[in-house]
Amino acid sequence: MTKAMTGAKMVVQALIDQGVEVVFGYPGGAVLPIYDEIFQQNSITHVLVRHEQGAVHAAEGYARSTGKPGVALVTSGPGATNAVTGLTDALLDSIPLIVLTGQVPTFMIGSDAFQEADTVGITRPCTKHNWLVKETDKLAATLHEAFHVATSGRPGPVLIDIPKDVQFATGTYTQAKQVETHYNPQVKGDMDAITELAKAMETAKRPLFYTGGGVINSGPAASQLLRELVAATNFPITSTLMGLGCYPASGDNWLGMLGMHGLYEANMAMHDCDLMINIGARFDDRITGRLDAFSPGSKKAHIDIDASSINKVIHVDIPILGDVAHVLEDLLNVWKARGRKTNQEGLSNWWDQINDWRAVKCLDFNQEGKIIKPQYALQRLEELTKKHDRYITTEVGQHQMWAAQYLGFENPNRWMTSGGLGTMGYGFPASIGVQMAHPDALVINVAGEASWLMNMQELGTAMQFNLPVKQFILNNERLGMVRQWQQLLHGERYSSSWSESLPDFVKLAEAFGAKGIQCHDPDTLDDAIMEMITYDGPVLFDCLVEKHENCFPMIPSGKAHNEMLMGDASTDGAISGAGEALV
Amino acid sequence: MSALKIKKGATSHSAYNLRPNYSDTVERHTLAVLVENEPGVLARVIGLFSGRGYNIDSLTVAEVDHLGHRSRITIVTSGTPQIIEQIKAQLGRIVDVHKVNDLTVEGPSVERELALFKVSGKGENRIEAVRLADIFRANVVDSTLESFVFEITGTPEKIDAFAELMRPLGLQEIARTGVAALSRGAV
Repeated sequence: MTKAMTGAKMVVQALIDQGVEVVFGYPGGAVLPIYDEIFQQNSITHVLVRHEQGAVHAAEGYARSTGKPGVALVTSGPGATNAVTGLTDALLDSIPLIVLTGQVPTFMIGSDAFQEADTVGITRPCTKHNWLVKETDKLAATLHEAFHVATSGRPGPVLIDIPKDVQFATGTYTQAKQVETHYNPQVKGDMDAITELAKAMETAKRPLFYTGGGVINSGPAASQLLRELVAATNFPITSTLMGLGCYPASGDNWLGMLGMHGLYEANMAMHDCDLMINIGARFDDRITGRLDAFSPGSKKAHIDIDASSINKVIHVDIPILGDVAHVLEDLLNVWKARGRKTNQEGLSNWWDQINDWRAVKCLDFNQEGKIIKPQYALQRLEELTKKHDRYITTEVGQHQMWAAQYLGFENPNRWMTSGGLGTMGYGFPASIGVQMAHPDALVINVAGEASWLMNMQELGTAMQFNLPVKQFILNNERLGMVRQWQQLLHGERYSSSWSESLPDFVKLAEAFGAKGIQCHDPDTLDDAIMEMITYDGPVLFDCLVEKHENCFPMIPSGKAHNEMLMGDASTDGAISGAGEALV
Repeated sequence: MSALKIKKGATSHSAYNLRPNYSDTVERHTLAVLVENEPGVLARVIGLFSGRGYNIDSLTVAEVDHLGHRSRITIVTSGTPQIIEQIKAQLGRIVDVHKVNDLTVEGPSVERELALFKVSGKGENRIEAVRLADIFRANVVDSTLESFVFEITGTPEKIDAFAELMRPLGLQEIARTGVAALSRGAV
């Protein structure tokens, strides 16, 4: 069935047909016809953000906590350029987003019109795909195709640029099922490669699952199959920052996060394993450390849906191209059919070794005196919130790494953090997107004061839409991670890494009509956190913490997994030579 | 807690450019990329090469199937085997790309390039230019009393060789199309 309607109406109709419930956006001249249509319907809720970057991060938070694509709507020119950081963030973390931008009318394109920007040109490298739609008749099909591209294969952000005259003109609406696409990435893995991996699992003495965001992106079935596989094989499992929650933190086989600020036992296991099974991770430089010393003795298998991720930085012995859930299902079936074998003796020795590493207790810290250690603040936050229906977002920096270390995630889609791009200012708008998707859940953004200030304007959004997001700010009055690197690498010359003239966060919250809580005393921390949790509305929690705490363990740049820095040891010469040039 | 076995001193390599499992030999490959003939598709391909630091030695693009809405981009690129594999994988994940063929490894193929040469001169040089053009099977497509425009078709190496010979004889300008290539034999 086809029918005639305006381009603006098509946009709203296509969103409804695709099951969209929430759109994050900001109006402007070039999208007014679409906003007029949004006004005249009740199926879709529009969340007015305070800055377009906030709209895209909110859509990311919505997408990551639901597994559904997030949708943002912004105007031409500055609206589109403000969306670029969010698009790049979503591209690096493989988050499905549909970003709709207004454009000047087709007859004015190229004339340097008011609020004109070459949006498809600017966003080509930071989207999975983008379109400039010049005919209203093609608009609906393009919108449906956009949802397909964003959510198929390796997910990612897509952008549709819609000139204003295309929104006004009338055309024929195309139904989603009428749209033909040639974009259909392979999801089933090669059975020979899967069998080879199953065989390797039978003999490995020191096997390890190294999992990543691909498990989460593959959907709940992937996490379920992964848990089954770990339980059946009794292999240890670690995960990247992006994959936290795909295996429960309370699980017996869990080694914690790996990588630059990963746990000692996880990194040592990566270095010493003889079979590394990479499931939906991508050998990022935060994970591998020094490449020529990366897990030197292991056979490596890699399950990934993106062929360009395989053999990009690390040569693997068993590449398996496919969707995690599909491949894990086949892998489990093959391994079971072959007799459910593992190398019991090897595995037993391997666990002994791992338990020795665990005994180092790399996350231990001393909470002494009257100053709150940031680790302690997160430990208490974990203790007091873990029983809740809880979602965590973060900003970027030391607090993000501490949150990954000290908070436990039992399920996928509960942890939203900017991994690949490392975008300060991500967490607050993301928490708004999460709360829109889960109105009754406890949504906490673990933040640093500097990151939080980057998108603080969204407090207005939280107030307007009654979103009780909790902003848990570890305030050290420093750009903590920058300061830490300057201490390690730049002779303790703290160039521009402290914040003067910080606002009074309690008064700031009150200025927006939100609640502000400040806490500086470890003895009153629990009560203050409980006050934050029980308050019905947005809370700005200003937690004054130790100013010079460093984030450990740490693999310094240019070092191997077994060369970690632990605790507050001497760090002189820890980074040197070529490592200095790395980030 | 104390630092564990931290070795002091410089690491010998940058962690970003180590390629331990691959040959470092730079190879030249000809890739045929069948794409949807959409606005911006060439920009996507070129942007991929510039954005990720790959080389383009030659690039040719034209619509090859009007009804099917397909264009063929022929790219000659160079890099280590690992880089070539990355280039193919990265091209393959562009939504508008239908197929990527590496003509260099998928069996024998033929490569041709067309070039136009403007050569000006008088007397002996002029006669020698025409004589050499004849040997290279180049056609004269324009002539004045003081200049020729030659059209030559062949492998890039043949065209390079012709350019070397024309240079002392008054070579003014060259226009080259870039390489077009097909695999040999039936599909």
